Amino acid sequence: MKELDPLVFWAVFQEMLGSWLWVIIAGATIATLAFVWVLVREGGIASRRLVWSELAGLAGGVAALVIMMAVTNSRFVDLGGPIDWLLAVGIFVAGFVGTTIGVYALLGVLGIAKAPAEEDDAAAAPARTGRDAYAAR
Amino acid sequence: MPIDPKLATLGRRGLIAAAAAAGLVPAFLPRARAAAVRTKAKIVIIGAGAAGLAAANRLADRLEGAEIILLDRRREHLYQPGYTLVAAGLKPPSYTVSTTAEWLSEPVRWIEERAAEIDPVAKTVVTDTGRRLAYDFLIVAPGLELDYGAIEGMDVRRIGSNGMGSVYAGPEAAAATWRAMSAFADKGGVGLFLRPATEMKCAGAPLKYTFITDDVLRRRGNRAKAELNYFAPTRVLFSVPIVHEKVRMLFGDRDVKVNYQHTLTKLDLDRRIATFRTPDGLKEVGYDFINVVPPMKAPEVVRNSPLPWQTGPWAAEGWVDVDRHTMRHKRFPEVFAVGDVAGVPKGKTAASVKWQVPVAVDHLVADIAGTRSSESYNGYTSCPLITRIGRAMLVEFDYNDNLTPSFPGIIAPLEELWISWVMKEIALKPTYLAMLRGRA
Repeated sequence: MKELDPLVFWAVFQEMLGSWLWVIIAGATIATLAFVWVLVREGGIASRRLVWSELAGLAGGVAALVIMMAVTNSRFVDLGGPIDWLLAVGIFVAGFVGTTIGVYALLGVLGIAKAPAEEDDAAAAPARTGRDAYAAR
Repeated sequence: MPIDPKLATLGRRGLIAAAAAAGLVPAFLPRARAAAVRTKAKIVIIGAGAAGLAAANRLADRLEGAEIILLDRRREHLYQPGYTLVAAGLKPPSYTVSTTAEWLSEPVRWIEERAAEIDPVAKTVVTDTGRRLAYDFLIVAPGLELDYGAIEGMDVRRIGSNGMGSVYAGPEAAAATWRAMSAFADKGGVGLFLRPATEMKCAGAPLKYTFITDDVLRRRGNRAKAELNYFAPTRVLFSVPIVHEKVRMLFGDRDVKVNYQHTLTKLDLDRRIATFRTPDGLKEVGYDFINVVPPMKAPEVVRNSPLPWQTGPWAAEGWVDVDRHTMRHKRFPEVFAVGDVAGVPKGKTAASVKWQVPVAVDHLVADIAGTRSSESYNGYTSCPLITRIGRAMLVEFDYNDNLTPSFPGIIAPLEELWISWVMKEIALKPTYLAMLRGRA
C-alpha cells in the first residue's frame, strides 16, 4: 500500500458493507445515545442491569467471533501469530462492548432491572426523577 | 492540441483545499486533491479491466471538459483476484463477475468495440468495426493474452474434466477447476502444479493453489494418498529471493516435491500425461490432477503495434516499452501503459495497478496542465500468498526485491497469519472496487 489514507479506508468500508454501513453506524449511534440518555435520566449506573448486560455482552463477543469465522471461512485453529490473537480479542471486545451498551440501553429504556435501591425509591416516591432517586440513595 | 493549460476551476476540491488551508478540515483528513484541470484533450483508454476503469474514473475526477473514451467489447467486468477463492470452492463464480457499466462515472464514454490497430505516430486507434479514433493521450490497458495454444494438446473446453484444471481461464473455468481438484482430493493420486516460463499475472497464484490443494487433501484425510509436485521453469519458486526461500521451506513442510527447470510444453488430456522441457530433454509425467497455467503474452493489438519492447526478453512477448517509474512510453510520450500489458519487471497484479494508475494519471494530467509530476512507481506488488484455507502471508515487494510491508511491525510479511487471510477474504475485493471508482 502506498499510503494509509483514512478516506481510502472509508471508501473500502463503503464497498465492503454497502448500505449496511449506514445501518451499522445508525444502530451504534442510536444505542450510544440511548445508553447516555438512560445514564443521565437515572443519574448513574444500575448495577443489576449492568450485570445482565455484561452477561449478554459475553454472548455478543462470542457471537462476533463465530460470525467472523463463518464469514471468512476460517477456524479457530487458523489463529497463528500474536496479531491474530489481538485481532480475535479486538473482535470479541467489539462484540462485547456493543452488545453490553445496546442491551443496557434497551433494558433502561424499557425500565427493566433497575438497582434495588432505585426500585425501592421508585415504589416509595414515584414522582421523583431518576437523578433525585440516585441522590437519595 | 486543444488544451487550456494551467486553467483550474475552483470547484468542490478547491473549496476543500481552501478549507484545509484555513484549518477547517480536521488534521486526520488527507491532503485535498488538486483542483480539476480544464481541458479539451481527447484521451483514449484501451481496455476496461482493473487498470482501464481505474484510469478512466481517476481522469474523470482530475479533468474537466476532457473527452475520455474507454474501449472494450466485453460487458462483464471480472474480479480476477477472486478466481483462487472460486477454485478453492469458497465462492461461486458470480463472486467475480460484475458489469463494466456499473463502474463508469461521468463523463467517461464507453465504446463497446475492441481496439484492432494502434498507430502511435498518427495518434489514432482503429476499432474492430473500422471506427478511427484520434487521441491526444492514449492509455494502453488491455490486459494480457493467455496463450493456451502454446501448450500442445491443451483444450480450454476440457477444463474441469479428466483431472485437468486451469484457474486463470475465467470464473466458470475456476469453478470447473474446483470440481476437478475436489474429485482428486477425494481419491488422492499424483497432482501437478506449475508456472509458465513467460511473464505472468500474479506469480503467487500457482503456489497458492498448490497449498490450497494440499489443505483440502488434509481436511479430507487423504493427504497420505497423494503426491504433490511443483514444476518451475527456472531455479526459483518466486522471483523475490527471500520469498522463494520461505516458499521452499513451506513446500518442504507440506511435502510438496519441487522440480526446477521444468516447463510444460505438451498435454495428453486423455491419457493424463504432461510433458515438460528440461535441461535433460523432454520428460513425461503422469497425473491424476493438473493445474495448467498457460504462457502469457501481450494482446495481439499491442504485439502488432510499434509499442512493445524492440529488443530484450520482453520483445517476443510484446509487453509495452514504458519507463518503469512513470509508466510513460519511452518512444511515444503521450502513450502510457498500465496493468498487465506494461513491460515492467514486476507488477502484474491488481495491487500494482492500484499504484501504477495514479502515477500514470498524474503524469498525464501534469502534461495537460503544463506542469511536472513527481509521482513515481517503485514496482510495488502485493500477493496474499494463501498457505492454507484460513492462513496467508501478506507478501509485498518492489523492483529491488525488497519487502515493503504495509503494516511493518504489525503484520509480518513472511508469517502464515489468519489476519492476512481475513484481509484476502473480506477486504481485498472492496479495496479493488474502491480502486475501480478511483477512490483507492
